Amino acid sequence: MYCNAEYQDIEEKILSGKRLSKEDGLRLFDCNDLSWLGNMADIVRKCKCGDIVYYNVNCHVNLTNMCTSKCKFCAFGRDKDAKGAYAMSPEEAIAVVEDAMQDPDLAGLHVVSGLHPEWHFDDYLYRLQALHDRFPSLYLKGFTGVEITHFAKISGLSVAEVLSKLKNAGLQAIAGGGAEILCDRVRQELCPEKATAKEWLEVARVAHGMGIKSNASMLYGHIETMEERVDHLLKLRELQDETGGFQTFICFPFLPKNTELGKQVQQTSMWDDLKTMAISRLMLDNFTNIKAYWVMLTVPVAQLALSFGANDIDGTVHKETILHDAGATSPTALSEDYIIRIVREAGRIPASCDCNFNIIRRFDQ
Amino acid sequence: MRMNDKEAAELLSQGDPIELGRLADAERAKRFDDTVTFIVDRNINYTNVCKNECKFCAFFRRKEHKDAYLLTYDQILDKVQETVDAGGTQLMIQGGLYPDLGLAYYEKMLSLIKSRYDITIHSFTATEIQYFAQQEGISVLECLKRLQAAGLDSLPGGGAEILVDEIRKKVSPKKIMTDDWLHVMECAHSIGMESTATMVIGFGETMAQRVEHMERIRQLQDRTGGFRAFITWTFQPGNTELGGEKTSGWDYMRTLAMTRLYMDNVAHIQGSWVTQGERIGQLTLGFGADDLGSIMLEENVVRAAGTAYDMSINKMAQLIRGAGKRPAQRDTEYNIIKHF
Repeated sequence: MYCNAEYQDIEEKILSGKRLSKEDGLRLFDCNDLSWLGNMADIVRKCKCGDIVYYNVNCHVNLTNMCTSKCKFCAFGRDKDAKGAYAMSPEEAIAVVEDAMQDPDLAGLHVVSGLHPEWHFDDYLYRLQALHDRFPSLYLKGFTGVEITHFAKISGLSVAEVLSKLKNAGLQAIAGGGAEILCDRVRQELCPEKATAKEWLEVARVAHGMGIKSNASMLYGHIETMEERVDHLLKLRELQDETGGFQTFICFPFLPKNTELGKQVQQTSMWDDLKTMAISRLMLDNFTNIKAYWVMLTVPVAQLALSFGANDIDGTVHKETILHDAGATSPTALSEDYIIRIVREAGRIPASCDCNFNIIRRFDQ
Repeated sequence: MRMNDKEAAELLSQGDPIELGRLADAERAKRFDDTVTFIVDRNINYTNVCKNECKFCAFFRRKEHKDAYLLTYDQILDKVQETVDAGGTQLMIQGGLYPDLGLAYYEKMLSLIKSRYDITIHSFTATEIQYFAQQEGISVLECLKRLQAAGLDSLPGGGAEILVDEIRKKVSPKKIMTDDWLHVMECAHSIGMESTATMVIGFGETMAQRVEHMERIRQLQDRTGGFRAFITWTFQPGNTELGGEKTSGWDYMRTLAMTRLYMDNVAHIQGSWVTQGERIGQLTLGFGADDLGSIMLEENVVRAAGTAYDMSINKMAQLIRGAGKRPAQRDTEYNIIKHF
């Protein structure tokens, strides 16, 4: 019933649990038999992680939107004196979370910010510590490989030392952003000012070695080639073989609105989004979880993506701003009840978890 | 073997959309290979005055309301001219149930258009047809014959909503009931006037009721063969008295795939980008749809420079290509006019 004659060899590999090659990945990106791709990814998803769909009851804290990186795909970062630029004091960051605490089930924070032109590493560290001291029961996930590379550069500390300080201040897991496409041709063109592919991977490697788990991501749909997408997935797969420290993989389709790059690039189609989701599930055979990030995909697509290999739907989010600056049309937060409902409608079991995928509550029928 | 109702209801409530999509997509590919069609047409809503006041409708006005309107023949003809200028091949003239216009009003409208333009008139819902007949004191069949003689080529399938009276009484109590809708379609098919059929989901109907709807249409189709296409829309709760939650993409996709599998005697399954948005509309092409309906020349778009219009056709072609399919413009009868 699932057989696709043209891709029978790949199908056989998938069904027998064999690893797909770069060549296979490239052929999959050429394939437009969408329901077959979905089916394959769904079979793998069932095998690897069963019917639970994870989500966080969380709050995003973006400490500052001032950023020296000037990535061409970003609508969030801005110069210090630009209109709308902000940098939160520790008290302001605490106020954001206090507001989110109106939800008694709030379990954790996702702290990701710009590379502030003047802040020292200690300024970030201090805010993290303040949040941790004020809300010791909330789990803390935060800072991408890009931010951590930046902290090492501005402080003169090693990546390991930076991570160690963040860990001592309460950090429990590292966010998956900033990977973009792990290819220096692409990074040189889009984001030359920030961590290189090697540096980003190095942060993950060091963190995993210290027992800090992290997430991985891919920002696609801009100037990258399909081969670069496949290579990106392979680089993550290779490092995961080495460390096993990646928890979930997130597909970020590039949202062109309000970005410099958006003048030349159109938004990816939903067809591409679901294909990429399925292919990521198929290629990343050593990742347990694949996230359908509803903020970017929109809720209806994220729900459908649960049939294309995803088993993680991110979270309630509470006040997402980075992607909404880039024209994301999804709401800025979802209620937990709503997440539970859409997951159930997809015939799956919703479970809230912390930033390390420990289940807090599951909602069997 | 033909899918039975019990099986269909089960698949609609329990079926995995991907597995259903897989089956529906295979059926689509068998019939149409990689070609996906669309039509260039224009909606002309000649009046928003309607005595029916359906609870799911955000369009109607009472006759005395300040925003109530009835287009003049000249206004209608101007819109037809614009449509023809923009390369449109079909008109979809629909309106509310405006009291006391008389059938001659519509006959004149149709013959005026036909006397000046070579364009297909795919117009008036079953609800309107029955209302025209009642107002005129003639049978539905007689009414359709007169309209056909005046220039009506084809009937759109709107107004079917869910063909289960229990639901119809809840959402549009003043509108025609199930048997009436089917009767209009049967009469039209009997005089060689083909039509489409629609289903609107998300009124709170059960899966069994959706299947009942499909079954009624499948049965009639077995007798007449006059339905060219089946189109599923989702109820849009904004600005309506009925309100409620919007149907999820998940539900829509599963239902769409089911319509391809269940409606085995209807050739075309249309994906609705109008109710689902362009992005989800594209996805329907992986779940059984072989057609994306109309690019719907909007008034402002038609009036604007040719580029805006080109963009619409280009965008449609691009959506279809993005799904790995071959875009083609069709006419009302699904003959291909142009490949892209």
